[in-house]
Amino acid sequence: MNKFWIVLWHTYITKLKSKSFIITTAITSLLILGVTNITHIIDFFNKNEKKTIAVMDQTEEMYKPLKAQLEKRGDKKISLEFFQGSEKAAKQKVESGQWEAFLKIAYDDKQLPEAVYYAKTVADSDTSDQVKEALQQIKTAMATAKIGLKQEQITQLYEPVSFQKIALEENAKTEEELNQARGLVYVLVFAMYMFVLMYGSMIASEVSTEKSSRIMEILISSVPPVQQMFGKIIGVALLSLTQFLVLFAIGFSSLKSSGKELLQLLGFEHLPVSTLVYAVVLFLLGYFLYATLFAVLGSMVSRAEEVQQVVMPVTMLVIAAFLIAMFGLNAPETSFITVTSFIPFFTPMIMLLRIGMLNIPFWEVALSLVLLIGTIVLFAFLGSKIYRGGVLMYGKSTSLKDMKKALELTKK
Amino acid sequence: MSLRLEQVTKRFGNVTAVDHLTLSIPEGEMFGFLGANGAGKTTTFRMILGLLEPTSGAVQWNDEAITYAKSHLIGYLPEERGLYPKLKVREQLIYLGRLRGLDKQTIIQEMEKWLDRFKVPEYAEKRVEELSKGNQQKIQFIAAILHQPKLLILDEPFSGLDPVNVELLKEAVLDLKNNGATIVFSSHRMEHVEELCEYLCIMHRGKPVVHGALKEIKRSFGKKNIIIHADFPLDELRHFPGVMKAKQTAEGIHLQVENEDVSQHILAHIADKGFIRKFALEEPSLNDIFIEKVGAAYE
Repeated sequence: MNKFWIVLWHTYITKLKSKSFIITTAITSLLILGVTNITHIIDFFNKNEKKTIAVMDQTEEMYKPLKAQLEKRGDKKISLEFFQGSEKAAKQKVESGQWEAFLKIAYDDKQLPEAVYYAKTVADSDTSDQVKEALQQIKTAMATAKIGLKQEQITQLYEPVSFQKIALEENAKTEEELNQARGLVYVLVFAMYMFVLMYGSMIASEVSTEKSSRIMEILISSVPPVQQMFGKIIGVALLSLTQFLVLFAIGFSSLKSSGKELLQLLGFEHLPVSTLVYAVVLFLLGYFLYATLFAVLGSMVSRAEEVQQVVMPVTMLVIAAFLIAMFGLNAPETSFITVTSFIPFFTPMIMLLRIGMLNIPFWEVALSLVLLIGTIVLFAFLGSKIYRGGVLMYGKSTSLKDMKKALELTKK
Repeated sequence: MSLRLEQVTKRFGNVTAVDHLTLSIPEGEMFGFLGANGAGKTTTFRMILGLLEPTSGAVQWNDEAITYAKSHLIGYLPEERGLYPKLKVREQLIYLGRLRGLDKQTIIQEMEKWLDRFKVPEYAEKRVEELSKGNQQKIQFIAAILHQPKLLILDEPFSGLDPVNVELLKEAVLDLKNNGATIVFSSHRMEHVEELCEYLCIMHRGKPVVHGALKEIKRSFGKKNIIIHADFPLDELRHFPGVMKAKQTAEGIHLQVENEDVSQHILAHIADKGFIRKFALEEPSLNDIFIEKVGAAYE
């Protein structure tokens, strides 16, 4: 068997069997199950959680409408309790935890209700907002009644304006489609970001471990360094694909069974095939570009502890690409995004964003892919040379100068 | 199957690590490579293995360049010991063996044979990091020879081993040689080279200062050693004509003399002075030659 395949297979199998891989996959799966079922989980914990709010009604006519309003809203978690007594006693009961909060309602000088909400902390804005909204509606009703408006007039007043956005360009995405595309692109870009960082640094540390354990000399005396480097990169790529497939399958099936709304929101209901195909291509190319860089940088250090330090610039590039993509989610048509989508380091994420959200001509995609592939080939060529010298160099070596030295080592 | 180095030079920037080295190692020979630290031994090995390109000159094995296509014929034990710390010995040897072109079945057979021979059969299922340094070295040695290489390069194979294990490894190396392997090895320990090699080369700052067959080297060195144990003071011999060096020992004196003849004059000189328990004329040790040649080059 070709030695390249032996390296690839060895990398894949030993990593697949490693405890750390199994544990991360298990934890991430659980996390995905958790996120996709988040509404169920929250409901489960909140089922029996009834929040009692004591109301001290100095207007003597607000309590009943407020209670009615809250019930009308269908929220069963908040129950009101009428309270007569000193403010101090009420506050004490809140502090002791018997009541969630204590609400004091009075009239202001315009004879409209004003309220003070006392709670242990005001971190839970959900409950107070509910009460506030209910109170707001009562106040509106009271204020409009004062002016003498009828119910229909009030309804008219508050009816939202009808506002529809229609794209005139023939293939442009509709508002709804765009929202869905945004969800899909977000998930894809985020996944790419995670995988590039995770597996990139895995490659870097793998290479530096082989170097620091000094097994590298045996390896490169039996396998050409180039074959070894790419065997490793592709082995880890297979590993990441395995993990991705497992996680994707879990996430997708879990969403299908429990989170239909989330599925729709993310635009997974009708997955656009072309976006997915481009996503896979860009995913792979992006991975190869960064993996090559990580492998080369990993070959420059002689101790595993130095890896994080030396891969920092590349990590920064990945983070920058991700941040630009996040910005681009809301402004995919800005020229900044257009320009960055042609910079090979950013192409995988930004071009994916543009493909997912806009309708861009094929030649733009093709051009960016050509640039990206060209860069990969260039880095792979340079990288394998540096790698070959780098693995033979020991000592503190983290600078560009040392890369030059490594390149020279491979020369005559 | 001979290994030839033809005017091989390697420069790193301004530093010349190996300077016009020409060697010829016949098939089935054990060749000793000596030199102080930094003399260029490891660089030479790396050039033989093709890990580094010579700046000028050529390395040829059987009149052909050594490429990765021949890696199944070559075994290498690097000076810096290293294996995957987290892998089991078995997995480790299977991986390294397959990279040298063996199939899994053969590797397991060979591995069991060698682990038995080194009296550590129970290590197959242990992780390397659990083993002592000396035992790791045995495993690495097995990794270097598992595929029965025709050309074996051992960089300091015996360093860090206890005498029992040194013997085990020496026997193994001799067996390989008897099976027809060409072996090049480096060492700081002169007695190992003296014991194992017929041919050797002493490197100093990238240049070979001594090169040839061991017997030839010793003969042409000319100088001899005399060991005298006697009951009377021998210190005056220090200034005897023809004595180059003298070293007082507990029982007598060790002398280095210009040539054999001097020994006869000394013997005649001390014969009637008292009781002589031992008078021996010896070949110079490789150690003497090394110190003389490399030391002289330092001065």
